[in-house]
Amino acid sequence: MQFLQPATWAEALEAKAAHRDAVPIAGGTDVMVGINFGRLRPALLLDLTRVADLRQWDTDDGAVRLGAGVPYARVITELGDRLPGLAMAARTIGSPQIRNRGTVGGNLATASPAGDAHPALLAAGAEVEVASVRGTRTIPVTEFYRGVKRSALADDELIAAVRITPPSGPQQYSKIGTRNAMVIAVAAFGLALHPARRAVGTGIGSAAPTPRRAPAAEEFLAGELDGLWDSRAELPAATAARFGELVAAAAAPIDDVRGTARYRVHALSVMARRALTWAWLDYRKGDPTCA
Amino acid sequence: MSAPTRTPAGAPSAVGGPGGRIGDDARRPDGVLKVRGEFAYGSDLWMDDMLWGVTLRSPHPYARIRSIDVGPALAVPGVHAVLTSDDVPGEKVYGLELADQPVLAFDVVRYQGEPVALVAADHPDTARRAAARIVVDYDVWEPVTDARVALGHPTWNQVHDSPAEVTELSRESADLHPHGNLVRHLKVRRGAPAPTADVVVVGEYEVGMQDQAFLGPESGLAVPGEDGGVDLYVATQWLHVDQRQICAALALPPERVRLTLAGVGGAFGGREDLSMHVHACLLALHTGKPVKMSYNREESFFGHVHRHPATMRYEHGATRDGDLVYVKAEIYFDGGAYASSTPAVVGNGGTMGIGPYVVPNVHVDCYGAYTNNPPCGAMRGFGSVQTAFAYEAQMDALAAELGMDPVELRCRNAMEQGSTTPTGQVVDSPAPVVELLRRLEAMPMPPAVPTGDDVDLRDMPGGVSNTTHGEGVRRGVGYAVAYKNVAFSEGFDDYSTARVRLEVVGGEAVATVHTAAAEVGQGLVTVEQQIARTELGVEQVVVHPKDTAVGSAGSTSASRQTYVTGGAVKAACEAVRGQVLELAQRGVGRPVADLRLDGGKVVSDVEGIALPLADVLGEEVVEETVEWRHRPTESIDPETGQGFAHVQYAFSAHRAVVDVDVELGLVKVVEMACTQDVGKAINPQAVIGQIQGGTAQGLGLAVMEEILVRDGRVQNPSFTDYLIPTVLDMPPMRVEILEYADPHAPYGLRGVGEAPNISSGPAVLAAIRQATGLPLTRVPVRPEHVTGT
Repeated sequence: MQFLQPATWAEALEAKAAHRDAVPIAGGTDVMVGINFGRLRPALLLDLTRVADLRQWDTDDGAVRLGAGVPYARVITELGDRLPGLAMAARTIGSPQIRNRGTVGGNLATASPAGDAHPALLAAGAEVEVASVRGTRTIPVTEFYRGVKRSALADDELIAAVRITPPSGPQQYSKIGTRNAMVIAVAAFGLALHPARRAVGTGIGSAAPTPRRAPAAEEFLAGELDGLWDSRAELPAATAARFGELVAAAAAPIDDVRGTARYRVHALSVMARRALTWAWLDYRKGDPTCA
Repeated sequence: MSAPTRTPAGAPSAVGGPGGRIGDDARRPDGVLKVRGEFAYGSDLWMDDMLWGVTLRSPHPYARIRSIDVGPALAVPGVHAVLTSDDVPGEKVYGLELADQPVLAFDVVRYQGEPVALVAADHPDTARRAAARIVVDYDVWEPVTDARVALGHPTWNQVHDSPAEVTELSRESADLHPHGNLVRHLKVRRGAPAPTADVVVVGEYEVGMQDQAFLGPESGLAVPGEDGGVDLYVATQWLHVDQRQICAALALPPERVRLTLAGVGGAFGGREDLSMHVHACLLALHTGKPVKMSYNREESFFGHVHRHPATMRYEHGATRDGDLVYVKAEIYFDGGAYASSTPAVVGNGGTMGIGPYVVPNVHVDCYGAYTNNPPCGAMRGFGSVQTAFAYEAQMDALAAELGMDPVELRCRNAMEQGSTTPTGQVVDSPAPVVELLRRLEAMPMPPAVPTGDDVDLRDMPGGVSNTTHGEGVRRGVGYAVAYKNVAFSEGFDDYSTARVRLEVVGGEAVATVHTAAAEVGQGLVTVEQQIARTELGVEQVVVHPKDTAVGSAGSTSASRQTYVTGGAVKAACEAVRGQVLELAQRGVGRPVADLRLDGGKVVSDVEGIALPLADVLGEEVVEETVEWRHRPTESIDPETGQGFAHVQYAFSAHRAVVDVDVELGLVKVVEMACTQDVGKAINPQAVIGQIQGGTAQGLGLAVMEEILVRDGRVQNPSFTDYLIPTVLDMPPMRVEILEYADPHAPYGLRGVGEAPNISSGPAVLAAIRQATGLPLTRVPVRPEHVTGT
């Protein structure tokens, strides 16, 4: 097994162009598990941890540009106010050790339907900035996931950053696991209220071949909230319940060792209903974030 | 960014510090090393010229082996040996109780993961790649995966109102082994054959397959000896039973198969059977080089036995006042492909399967069956864990039926000293079942379910996954009490050997304790030091490495080592003390009254004598080796189950308080409280540790721990999907320790390790039932069971 350690982003992109089968490694929380279990035997590992640019975040035209190599622990401590939904997702990930190593870029690159960051990214309407020696392009996260552990990334491309516009309203994130910490999602749900554009964002995890939105639920809720954004009036319980049903209806889960399809659908309806209830309460209190 | 790694200069001595006699919280001699990550475990074994051994395992639960071609593997550069069953020089099968398990499969594989061939190479990766090139031609058969089906028994129809069905088996499945699919059938018959009662409660229960989930994988290093023998350094539970089986497989006498215990990272029963032991020895003897084998996590799940899954049907009859009239139980343990310790597990499940209650009429049928599921054997609680889930659920169901408080019903029927067990054995030492329950009841309750804006997510079901801020959360409280035999039962010659030496080293009297008792993390090394300090009045006690150069100590299992090896060390110390006092009197020149050893001196308060032990000993080395037995038990009658089967019982009770999100089916155990009678706490801190650990393991089985097996195949061989409790799952505990001495045991002590593992899970289940109002007859409870999805 060969091991490349580029020191700069340009070197990393050249290396990836020259060795398209190279497996990029950042935190290693997915790659090393695959190698240790004998499921992954890359001819070449491309270590990105020396590339300083990847480990930084910045604000750019109002949006947060989150370097692909920023670990979850820093998302929580440094960006909890700006990216509340993603920070809530990050808190549910693994153990402190995993959160110190694992990165949002790695989560995207693996593109597992169970990746914890995805529902938050979907709800927030994030964009993925990818690059190669050919240049840089931006992919809306909704178009990034292409199948089970498949993404829109070309074989010479690396993920540079994620761009997320800080929310104009509350965000929520919930995840089901069969223990109270350090668990892979049985089902997960991300919600973002966007009062500035009078829109609703959703994200579903672990309940379809890819992470996905629940467009019908988003449209329904945006319609219901049309008269409520300004009045900040109480949200009818029936609206929250219907929203939950529509989120659940957007899922296409399977039975596996972690849970049954029926449970996943049920759990999504409960999570979505509760998340909306909490988010709306926060909105009524005028609290833009709730992280 | 990250700080540089520093290796401390001097590792602390393995000799225990001052203090620490019987009853003290003595510090572990290995404690500092373990906390600092410097303790050498079996997986850390290393020799410069060693080879790496790997195992090729069957991908099929049941298949005939048509042929094995090792040629392609041998052709891989760096490979030193590829071995199959043909290369086993001695007995080709082994086993703890029945020799039925192939060292390497021949003719037939009976479970997924069964070892088929071995490879030794100069690099572990080379060995793995070579193993993958071995061509095994399998004729795949349909596996039998249900214990009752394997035995040809009908399904139960008393609860489900449908006719009994007997599933037809294929020709192959009808007899997994030449003697059929029945490993053991234990019958308990006591009282009237067809009793009747005012109130009858019937229930069927199922317990899933739990894993020991020790963190240190199976590891060892075999070094070929110049005498044609082999030295094996291995993380194990019982050196001498390993040695016996290895000798048989290698066709070597015991003096040429020498075992030394390597650092053990947890055992819980999972190391009582052989894993890589014979394999590494075969490869070492074949290549003439040291061979290391160390399983990875996934292989570990296939490399050791698990806890027997069980299906159980119970019928309890009682008077309207709540006096138990009868209990009928039918218990099936799925032993998997090979016997392992299934006969003894059936022994425990059958003889103690109605719990610590007095019942005049008892009718129990307990079966252990072969199937093509993973082999099951010893695990903490050993046959008692499964039945406790059933009998305690029955007691709660009966209490509900009678309109009685569940604790009242238990106390009304509780066993006490002088009671007769279902096997006709009179309980001849304290059995404080009522007191254990009453003390639990009297403990304060934790605060109510948190509510409002300021809930801390870590207190909620689901934890920081943020699934509830109090919505759907219901609280439940449950009680359970259990008992467990300590040490080996049913007439087993259960002994331990201790060699104790006293000599002067550097001007100070130093005791050395040498036993073969495996330290698996439980703290026996500390107990051995405490006993020697107490009996010999010295500070410095060296615990000799555990090896086969001394006689057997028996297994580190059945909560027995503090009792049995502790008893042996005590007896050896007494023999040494006798000699030392003899020496002292010779020095004084006459018999001295009231002579004892204390504070490094030979003391007589009566005669005002205090001679430094170092002076009394001088150049003398006093050494005694003692083989020590607990009082004998006897085998039970095969038709009635009657007999003096068990030497001692341990009793514990739990109260569980849980919060359940009934909409999502997620559980937060808020508090576990435990009361346990330990006879005498030799090391109170270690006792608390055993109670906390046992409680966590029981809680794990109640709500999350299960090896999922479908069609004989393990679905979750990893710690990603085999979940064990984290700090957010295991709550703080209240523990009260009772010390009612057992007059038959050394210092009056009772084995501690298993009882809390047995009563913990049923208490959690009782609490979840109270919170949800659901019957919940299967463990682990999954969110699907609570939500009906």
